[in-house]
Amino acid sequence: MSIDKKIIASCIIADNTIVKNGVQVVREDTNQGVQQPRRVSSRDGMELVRDSTNQDVQSFLLSAYQQLQLNYPKFYKMDHISKLGWLAAEVLLKEEQLQDVRAEDMAIVLQNAHASLDTDVKYYETVSDIASPALFVYTLPNIVIGEISIRHKFKGENAFFVANTFDATLTAQYVGSLLDRKSATHCICGWVDVLDESYKAVLFLVANSDKGIAFTADNMRTIFNGEN
Amino acid sequence: MADVFVVADNIVSPLGVTTVDNFRQLTNLASGVQLHDDKALAPEPVYASLFGKHTTFTTDDAAYTKFEALLIASINDALQQVAISPTDKKTLLIISSTKGNIGLLETETLTDELKQRISLQSSANMVAAHFGFVNTPLIVSNACISGLLAIITGARLIQAGVYENVVVAGADVISRFIMSGFQSFQAISAEPCKPFDENRVGITLGEGAGTVVLSAKKISDTNIKVAGGATGNDANHISGPSRTGEELSYVIRQAMQEAGVSATEIDFISAHGTATIYNDEMEAKAIALAGLAHAPVNSLKGNYGHTLGAAGLIESIITMQSMKAGVVLPTPGFEQLGVSAKINVAKELQEKTLTHCLKTASGFGGCNGAIVFSKI
Repeated sequence: MSIDKKIIASCIIADNTIVKNGVQVVREDTNQGVQQPRRVSSRDGMELVRDSTNQDVQSFLLSAYQQLQLNYPKFYKMDHISKLGWLAAEVLLKEEQLQDVRAEDMAIVLQNAHASLDTDVKYYETVSDIASPALFVYTLPNIVIGEISIRHKFKGENAFFVANTFDATLTAQYVGSLLDRKSATHCICGWVDVLDESYKAVLFLVANSDKGIAFTADNMRTIFNGEN
Repeated sequence: MADVFVVADNIVSPLGVTTVDNFRQLTNLASGVQLHDDKALAPEPVYASLFGKHTTFTTDDAAYTKFEALLIASINDALQQVAISPTDKKTLLIISSTKGNIGLLETETLTDELKQRISLQSSANMVAAHFGFVNTPLIVSNACISGLLAIITGARLIQAGVYENVVVAGADVISRFIMSGFQSFQAISAEPCKPFDENRVGITLGEGAGTVVLSAKKISDTNIKVAGGATGNDANHISGPSRTGEELSYVIRQAMQEAGVSATEIDFISAHGTATIYNDEMEAKAIALAGLAHAPVNSLKGNYGHTLGAAGLIESIITMQSMKAGVVLPTPGFEQLGVSAKINVAKELQEKTLTHCLKTASGFGGCNGAIVFSKI
């Protein structure tokens, strides 16, 4: 396989399930307990977390964090978007061999539909009493990029775009241009969206590589829609 | 890399509604910063650069929020300067904002419809429809580097051959949401802000809009191009900048490298200069680390306040006007250098030939951005 722009890993968190590279990695079900990872597609991968109960976003994010046996105390003070994006990045990057990637060569380019409105509403509720600086700092959508950057010491290109639905075409164009012009060698790109009780994260790890599937808008759309 | 020309621009601020008005006001050392005693904004009087309560921006203000009307006024003036068509598939509109219509949370009842109305897409789509842009507008919301990132994104999409013309417009409006947040951080200065000064204690907020039209072709009498740009992250803290300035310094060097310009060739720096203790200290270190201690630096926060998602645009436009006029504008509020790196903060208006200029910005989430503008 030739070396060109590839999607070398993906992670989806939606519907109380975490899927890496097309396979469930966590599946939680209160009736049956934690299940063994199971294959959910023809591609290699695992479903990490699945939780079939009707718990809220907050409980699911915490449950996923615990099931993945992560240890990062800052997680608890993050807002929902940052928790979601941070978890997706943990799963996306687990077991990826990135030691040789320079901090400045890892770009992060994210999108969502609701910016930081989920936290904006919570922050504004505090204003009439004592405005909360701990919430205010999360009233910007790109804070999740900051949290992922701090965790992994990534210092490369940043961008946060807002769109009604995942714009795979723009992602292919913009991230493609970052790699082509050598502004980055690797990029974490995708979607991290939360509003009230609905959420979805889909992250792609992209680089020039001989492994993975072609970095195209169509391939990203297919993975985003869970059709692979 | 192919050239990207800045072919038209506009600033709508409390100082004026065209770029020319704004630049004239700045050369006269004017400032939009005033003390505002408005209980809807803050419990106590606060300094800020704000539009008057009854300012109108378009002939059709009633159909739009203030945020949208500001964008429309700014884009309208910029589009009148050049022959580009919003209906062309090769033309893109980029909107830059941090908080858009968030002020509606303060005046309206919270419903799903309101949440939809607050979304940046609602505003961007209304603005795009006003002018007839056929492509869905691209929205950049990346804290205080939004304006610079929007210009960089536009330039990159032109260079990648995706678009021929990109209209980049940014705006933010100051309401209680934003004011209370910065106050909760103890970040608002009790006096008009003092960038890089030894007595600086925090920021002054401001509102406004800026628009630049970027093009692959030199379709106006412009003599300025976007020569290089880069962004990056401190990976240090979500609300505090790097202690060393190394990360912003790296981004500056990337932008210079892309522009093919060495540090000694940079004639002037338009800094972010928010006048918080930590931002200005970090930025000064980054400027020195990048080998730019020789270049005159200014901050326009004393003129405009911190206009958030518009700041990168407004300050870039003033930088380009300075290049055209051969003038370095001073830094209102600055008296004595109060940062550890010995940078060259402009205190008075100076005449100087400016060929290559640097614009920087940094924001929450640890993000940094830099652009080099060069004369053709």
